[in-house]
Amino acid sequence: MTTTAQAAGRSPVRRLAGTLHRRPRLRLSLLLTAPLLWLAVLYLGSLAVLFVSAFWTTDSFTSEVVKVWSTDNFHQLFTLPVYRQVILRSIGVALAVTVLCAAIAFPIAFYTARIARPERRPLLVVAILTPLWASYLVKVYAWRLILSQGGLADWVLKPLGLSGPGYGLVAAIIALTYLWLPYMILPIHAALEQLPANLLDASADLGAGAARTFRSVVLPMVLPSVAAGSVFTFSLSLGDYITVQIVGGKTQLIGNVVYSNIELNLPMAAALGTVPVVVIVVYLLAMRRTGALSSL
Amino acid sequence: MRLTPTLKAAAAVAVLLAATACGSSGSGSSASTGFNPPDLKAQSKLGKTEGQVNLIAWAGYVEDGSNDPKVDWVGDFEKQTGCQVNSKVAASSDEMVKLMKTGQYDAVSASGDASLRLIASGDAAPVNTGLVPNYKDVFSGLKKGAWNSVDGQMYGIPHGRGANLLMYNTQKVTPAPTSWSAVFDDASANKGHVTAYDSPIYIADAALYLKAARPELKIKDPYALDQKQFDAAVALLKKQNANVGEYWSDYLKEISAFKSGDSVVGTTWQVIANLTADEGAKVKAFVPEEGSTGWSDTWMISAKAKHPNCAYKWMDWIISPKVNAQVAEYFGEAPANAQACQYTSDKSFCDTFHAADESYWKNIAFWNTPIEQCLDGRTDVKCVPYAKWVQAWTEIKG
Repeated sequence: MTTTAQAAGRSPVRRLAGTLHRRPRLRLSLLLTAPLLWLAVLYLGSLAVLFVSAFWTTDSFTSEVVKVWSTDNFHQLFTLPVYRQVILRSIGVALAVTVLCAAIAFPIAFYTARIARPERRPLLVVAILTPLWASYLVKVYAWRLILSQGGLADWVLKPLGLSGPGYGLVAAIIALTYLWLPYMILPIHAALEQLPANLLDASADLGAGAARTFRSVVLPMVLPSVAAGSVFTFSLSLGDYITVQIVGGKTQLIGNVVYSNIELNLPMAAALGTVPVVVIVVYLLAMRRTGALSSL
Repeated sequence: MRLTPTLKAAAAVAVLLAATACGSSGSGSSASTGFNPPDLKAQSKLGKTEGQVNLIAWAGYVEDGSNDPKVDWVGDFEKQTGCQVNSKVAASSDEMVKLMKTGQYDAVSASGDASLRLIASGDAAPVNTGLVPNYKDVFSGLKKGAWNSVDGQMYGIPHGRGANLLMYNTQKVTPAPTSWSAVFDDASANKGHVTAYDSPIYIADAALYLKAARPELKIKDPYALDQKQFDAAVALLKKQNANVGEYWSDYLKEISAFKSGDSVVGTTWQVIANLTADEGAKVKAFVPEEGSTGWSDTWMISAKAKHPNCAYKWMDWIISPKVNAQVAEYFGEAPANAQACQYTSDKSFCDTFHAADESYWKNIAFWNTPIEQCLDGRTDVKCVPYAKWVQAWTEIKG
């Protein structure tokens, strides 16, 4: 009598809580269903739609998508030299930006993490982050002005008998390097900060010079972070098309070709769009080997 | 070991991609030749205005004073009709077509290379010209044209027409150019500082130049190019590419490039030339001796318009004599409304822009959508359709 009365008196909420407490698997699945659905449907789903629509065609007059299965788009992608050229150029730009970012970020991160006085370090990190607060477009247009004919770059280089690069591939690489630099500095900074000082001391005690210590101690320990930063700089550069439009002169990257096809030939744009996806997947797999993904 | 499944998946994707590359390459397009627009009905009478209207327009067509406080014909429209105007500037006809497909816009100022596509796809609805009182004053040469009507049914209200111009920096380009050769055969004189319009339709500009420069190609209509003529135009543009500094589609970008001197010669619109000159750059724009490509714009209403009554009010407003005069002078084009010529601030404006001179317009090749059937009437050859122009344009830019 008393037990049933007690059970009936329990609120449904408490009963639910009890059930969940007894069944950890149910708890976990309830907790994860929504975010996993989000990931699967919205993210992977849209990638799948992208891939499938790459096999459709368009009406040559109205440029409406016709849902007729055809592999023309991929055939063109692999046979027309212009696409190969654009793809290789895009990968080249992404790699160049990544290498430049790493080369510039390393000394900066080394200074902010190890040389600067500890109380100043947070301030320096804030300073590195500040450019991220400004609008992307404002920064790129600033570069357009800097690199324009008779602009800041020309003016600075004039005494040396040189001139700025003008708009083009080089300008695009410079602007992209500037844009994504903070994403490279931060992981390197974090890694260098965690580098135990006694390792450097030990290296010095054992007679290694600065160069040797850097090569044999610092670099191996920081490399995963450089790789982590490179995931950002590489993928962001590969997907960018606005910077190239503004400072790239007549340069076309994958993003630009996708953009120019989106209006008239959506399936072709989708076929082109799968290229960066594949490239990034390959890049991520390569980076995973360095342990970069666990130091993100 | 944990890598293997992912690697397998990646390999599978690669194999799949490789397999598709070797797949069929037959043309998938059915190339519909006959022109049968979907059966849509024009609105029979005007209802209550909806409080707002969403427009797609060329730069300079829907000015509310935000670019220049003196240039405002939207404010009065909003006051008189209670229709709040939301406008979106499109940089190319292709962008207009794309935006219209979203169904979020009520009306568009479509050029001839967009209008037929919009009609064929059923995105644009027929227009009841009886609901647009100012339509009666439109130049007859603009009424029931091949680009804005089907079987005598108007699909829009003519807005105005004009030519694409050659703009050059008067200090850096000497002697002053007279021909389009300044951007084609003689472009190397300004290597790295030539500009061109970033759209496949620009291939027609090259064809128009070849029509005069290489008569043996026998180009009649720059939008009706057989394979040989098309290849010649593409080759010319590939040669031009070496001298191009940048292509423009965003008009603000062209203004800034001419201001800084990064571009010194290239194709433009009158409104861009005016704005560039206003900003202090030393530029001139004119129609070269070969004639020019141009546009004839039509306000079309979306078949899915959510604010059709406001859109009709807008179409009537934009071609009302005073407003049509204002927009024509600001953009630098011939107005569509014959009465507009009385209201231009420059009294010779309509003469300068040949508003009523139908024979002048015969030398302007209005933007059109190239299709397989040659638009110039040839039946012994097939012409290159626009889809191929789009692809060629990507290849030209390299």
